[in-house]
Formats: sequence, C-alpha cells, structure tokens
Amino acid sequence: MSDNVLSGLAEIVEEVAGVAADDVTAEKSFVDDLDIDSLSMVEIAVQAEDKFGVKIPDDELANLKTVGDAVNYITSNK
Amino acid sequence: MTSFQAPQASAGSRIIGLGSYQPETVVSNHDLAARMDTSDEWIRDRVGIVNRRIASKDEGVVDMAVVAGTKAIEDAGLTPSDIGAVIVATCTMPSTIPNAAAQVADRIGVKAAPAFDLNAACAGFCYAVATGADLVRAGTARHVLVIGAEKLTDWTDQDDRSTAIIFADGAGAVVIGASEENQIGPVAWGSAGDLSETILIADRDSFIHQEGQAVFRWATTQIAPVAIRAAELAGVELSDVDVFAPHQANLRIIEAIAKRLRNNGAREDLKIARDIVESGNTSSASIPMALDHMRAAGEISSGDVVLMVGFGAGLSYAGQVVRCP
Repeated sequence: MSDNVLSGLAEIVEEVAGVAADDVTAEKSFVDDLDIDSLSMVEIAVQAEDKFGVKIPDDELANLKTVGDAVNYITSNK
Repeated sequence: MTSFQAPQASAGSRIIGLGSYQPETVVSNHDLAARMDTSDEWIRDRVGIVNRRIASKDEGVVDMAVVAGTKAIEDAGLTPSDIGAVIVATCTMPSTIPNAAAQVADRIGVKAAPAFDLNAACAGFCYAVATGADLVRAGTARHVLVIGAEKLTDWTDQDDRSTAIIFADGAGAVVIGASEENQIGPVAWGSAGDLSETILIADRDSFIHQEGQAVFRWATTQIAPVAIRAAELAGVELSDVDVFAPHQANLRIIEAIAKRLRNNGAREDLKIARDIVESGNTSSASIPMALDHMRAAGEISSGDVVLMVGFGAGLSYAGQVVRCP
C-alpha cells in the first residue's frame, strides 16, 4: 500500500514541481533536496487530497519534511 | 393599491469604454533586492513579478481614478456629462470619509452624479461591474463609470519582504452603457467570511498581512469553479472564451486557475492576462489595467469574449463574462 502511495505522490510532485518521479524517494526532504517551496507544497497537498481521499491541512503540511513523512501521513489517514 | 413607477429598463448592458493609469515610478526586483533580503530569482519564482509601479507621495487613489476614468469616458466616445453614476472600487483610501467616488466625479466633471465606493478588496472591480450593469439594465442610470483604484503601498510595510514585493498602485476604469444585446453576463459571486482573518489590515495604524499558504490554497481551489459558473450563467461554453482575465494576485495562482479552466474545456490558445509581471498586484485595479494593456498591445481585440474573476480579502470573489470593448 505504501508503494502505491509513494508512486502516486511521486507523480504529483513531478507534475507540480517538475521533479523527475524517480527522484522522489522516501528519504528526500521536500525543501532541501527537491527544492520545493511552500506554495508548491500546497499544490501537492491539494492534489494528494484528491488522489488519496485524505485531508492535509496547512498546519499538518508544516510537519511533512520528507517524502517519507508525507507517505506515512497519507497511508495512516486514508 | 397602485404601484410606483419603475425606471425604463433596457434589454442588456455592455462595456463601451476602457482606460487605465499606472504611476511612473518603476520598482524592479533588483531595486528590492538592494534593500531587503530577497532576490530577483526568488520573486520571479514565487510571485512572477519583475516590475511594479509605485505612486508618488502626492498621488492618491482619487488622482489615479480620475485619470483612468477620464480615459474610459473618452474611449467610450462620451463626455463626462453623459455619466449617470460613478462607482469606485477601492479598499485603500487614506480615510473613510469623504469617499473616493464623489471626489472623482467632481474632478472628472460629472456634476452631481450619484457616487459611491465599493469595498470588496480584490474582487471589487467585478463586484462594481455587476452593480453598474444592473443599474443600467434596470434603467437607474444610462451610463455608469466603474473604476478600480488602489494605493496599496500606503498600507504595505516596505520592510516586510512577503508583501513589499507584491503590492503596487494603479487604476483601471470602464464605462457601462445600455445595449439591445446583453454583453455583460450575470455575476457569479460570494464571500468566505470564515477565512476573513487570512488577509487583513488590523487597524488604521497597521499594514496588510496575509497568510500566504492559506490564501494560495483557497485561490487555487475555489476560484476556478466561480469562473466556470460565470461562464454557465452567461450561457457561454468555456471553449468560447477568448480571454481569461483573473485578478493579478500572483502568477502561480493565475496559471493554476487557468490550468483548471483548460482541464474543463477552455481552449489551449486561451489568452491569459499576466499583467502582474510588469505591474504588480494592484487589487481592484488589476483586471481593468490588464485588459487595457492587453488591448493596447494588440493581444486582445474588441469583440473578444472575456472571462474575468476577482478574488481576495473578505474573502470575496466575483466573476462574469464580458465582451471586450
């Protein structure tokens, strides 16, 4: 289940931020490694909400530092 | 019981004149980077602005509105005495009274016209066009001058790099007149007062503060549906829309909304207003300024179907389809 979430999230990150999906791996930090700013994080969250049927409010978003954090959050809240 | 007389209604209304004014002083990203911790690259990436226009100390909302309004009247082929009402959409007057509109009317030469300001922040222009269109259709006024005019820099903390890079000054105006064929569609509008704290000026001694992420989320998810509804109300397919003119809030918001419109049937060759790049965010002035600039540059033409939508503090939103004058 996690793998589907990771690949789904990677697709979204590629679409929003132009980062190659293959580069979107669990240990990567959104800001430091993938160079994704806070506005793009909102776009990613909105698309992830649609795709996975979860709610990711802005204050939760602040805690999702790495791709793995996001995958865990989505998986636990689906 | 006999009823009272009603004004002479007309079948429809349309925009018959367009004009704008922006101050001479240009502030570039490089100018800002020289005095605060920011960079040209960061600003272009985050908001899409390269230059913005700033009013001089002696130049106010009323001054800018007068120039834009005068140009719109000339563009309509009218004289000030033809104007039956003046509405100024603004939220940046230096004090509450007198309003801008009465002063603007007087200075333009529209004697004794009904005149009022309308505060719906960045949705103000579309709110005012809706109101003006209804005044004309109902027969309350034959020609309505609608102006969006703002001096946002009066209310912006020039040391706050999150707002100083965005907000700018200017004015845009249209004249609305009666028309056998209705060329201003019904307005799709509303408010989200539960989010009112996300863009605010706390009191008369404070500056504009906004919660960037919350506003971005709202604008990129809630505004495309408003634009789509505006097209529906006008009886227009999204594929028939030639020009998309959203409030010039932030280039990334503009692109996000445009993308959603294209996903819903708007054409790939949809012309999109991106005046923010050279003008900054001028709140209620941004839509008419963008349209005036695009028309002058030949990017849009008289007769084009324009879908405009304003959104901002309130939170407020309003959009309608109009024919480009």
